[in-house]
Amino acid sequence: MEWLLHAGDDPVHKFLLMLIAIALFIVVMALILFIVDRRRNPSKWFVAAGFVGPALLLLALGLLYPAFGTIVNSFQFRTSNEFIGFDNYIRAFTEPAFLLVLGNTALWVLVAPLLATFFGLVYAVVVDHSRFEKFAKALVFLPMAISMVGASIIWRFVYEYKPDQPGIEQTGLLNQLIVWLGGEPVQFLLERPLNTFLLMVVLIWIQTGFSMTLLSASIRAIPTDIVEAARLDGLSGFGMFWRITIPSIRPALVVVLTTIAMTTLKVFDIVRTMTAGRYGTSVVANEFYEQSFRQNNAGLGAALAVLLFVIVIPVIIYNVRQMRLAEEVR
Amino acid sequence: MSTTQPAVTPRVVPPPSTVNERARKAKKALTSPWASAIAVIIAIIWTVPTFGLLVTSFRPELDIRRSGWWTVFGDAIAGEGVFTLANYESALFDSSTNLIQFFVNSFVITLPAVFIPITVALLAAYAFAWIDFKGRDLLFVAVFALQIVPIQITLIPLLTAYVDTGVNGTFWPIWLSHSMFALPLAIFLLHNFMKDIPSSLVEAARVDGAGHVKIFFSVMLPLLTPAIAAFAIFQFLWVWNDLLVALVMGGTQTFPLTVRVAEMAGSRGGDWHVLSAGAFIAIVVPLIVFLALQRYFVRGLLAGSVKG
Repeated sequence: MEWLLHAGDDPVHKFLLMLIAIALFIVVMALILFIVDRRRNPSKWFVAAGFVGPALLLLALGLLYPAFGTIVNSFQFRTSNEFIGFDNYIRAFTEPAFLLVLGNTALWVLVAPLLATFFGLVYAVVVDHSRFEKFAKALVFLPMAISMVGASIIWRFVYEYKPDQPGIEQTGLLNQLIVWLGGEPVQFLLERPLNTFLLMVVLIWIQTGFSMTLLSASIRAIPTDIVEAARLDGLSGFGMFWRITIPSIRPALVVVLTTIAMTTLKVFDIVRTMTAGRYGTSVVANEFYEQSFRQNNAGLGAALAVLLFVIVIPVIIYNVRQMRLAEEVR
Repeated sequence: MSTTQPAVTPRVVPPPSTVNERARKAKKALTSPWASAIAVIIAIIWTVPTFGLLVTSFRPELDIRRSGWWTVFGDAIAGEGVFTLANYESALFDSSTNLIQFFVNSFVITLPAVFIPITVALLAAYAFAWIDFKGRDLLFVAVFALQIVPIQITLIPLLTAYVDTGVNGTFWPIWLSHSMFALPLAIFLLHNFMKDIPSSLVEAARVDGAGHVKIFFSVMLPLLTPAIAAFAIFQFLWVWNDLLVALVMGGTQTFPLTVRVAEMAGSRGGDWHVLSAGAFIAIVVPLIVFLALQRYFVRGLLAGSVKG
């Protein structure tokens, strides 16, 4: 048993465990399907249970049960079972330190999705009229493959600061640009509230590629007769963009905005890697981690997690309604 | 990527018709040199930060401290030897960093965490698309709605459960957690692709006496390869790049590259020679996968979803 759990530092042992996990899984699934297939004239329920059962079981164990646990936790004192009503929530909404965290999160969710979507849209339009389209798109799209940890390190290097003394050269690109322009170098990550915006740059840098890809495809899909008709009516340039392009791609714009907003709401890696939440840059997702796993205050952490969940509920409802509409169209 | 589940609305982007395709070719003749110039300039600006760190990772430690990476071009013209692999060597094999070990962990975590949820989701998606059982629509909406529930809300009770059963600190909770968190998006995405398979194919197989299991393997799976590839890439990028789940559910024996590199950014923030090399060791595998399979990735994206 011990051998199946802990691999220590032995890479061969780790690979063996990995293969065993996959083999074990295949055996279980094969067994389920075998049982489903054996039965003659099985009832629909029986077959359906075999096919959906594993997924529903995993979802119940991995999402529903723990979610309820967290909601209960959020009314308890630290890691104890002692109920303290809404105290955790009251703390999160009244203490200045947490108000700063909430304010930062709101700022992120308002600014980052808008800018990422805007840049993506502008770039989709520009690229549509340009040569080297594939090359240019690939470069902007590339950051999507880079982890937020990797992206944060890339940008921390851009923001790098060296003291402003004779004989010392700046090694961060941004400070060097400032020096070339005759300014004095800045300790960017310590500078409030500028640092929060500089952290957002990382996310915008990543998400613009996503926005561009989706919006570019939906601009392509605008029927040409609409564009032709508008052109005959004398629309061109900005008029065309504002009156025809934007209304035609509105559904895609909504999807891009909400998707990026959801990502932004839960942004953790960037804050953790860039500043670890210091210098007034913390956000709810980072504070959740800090309280739950560093400060040993599971109750407060749970309250913050529930807060994240409550914020996305309207989006869930909206998505479900959209899906229902789409199903009806089919 | 981060700990996110996507907001998804199906089919925002209809496939371009052949007429549009032709119009696009005609438009190609109308490309503006200004737009081309701006497009290329922006693309270059977008790449400079990554390029700068890449160049840095090949410079000697002392040079990195003394001067900016942009100076290498002048030095190279002057004919001075300015590049080295020493940073990668020390990042991978020095006992203080030992990234090779974390590289193994990333790999060991990722493979099952991609394979298991896809298999489970394929079966569930098949049932939601082709088996007509009672309560199906309601269940499907419930699964769909779970997509953007923040995983933060599950972490503490899950961890407690793992500690209680004694599996914490091993690979098992990480595989299990990633599999569970991936299911809603996987089921939804694969269901959409499955629905698009013509029902005449399924009917024909049924007339031939095939049961659901046979239909699943012989009709569905071969036709779904592109969809599976699309989701596999999402899930691969998501697991390989994940920080939160690995950090919370794992232990020192299981931490992947992301955890170690993020830790180094905190504790050795000024050691840019190992940090830059470490970052690229973490980035290179997803980058290769992404570049090689970009076509599938974009298709999955346009099918109505993405893991941000």
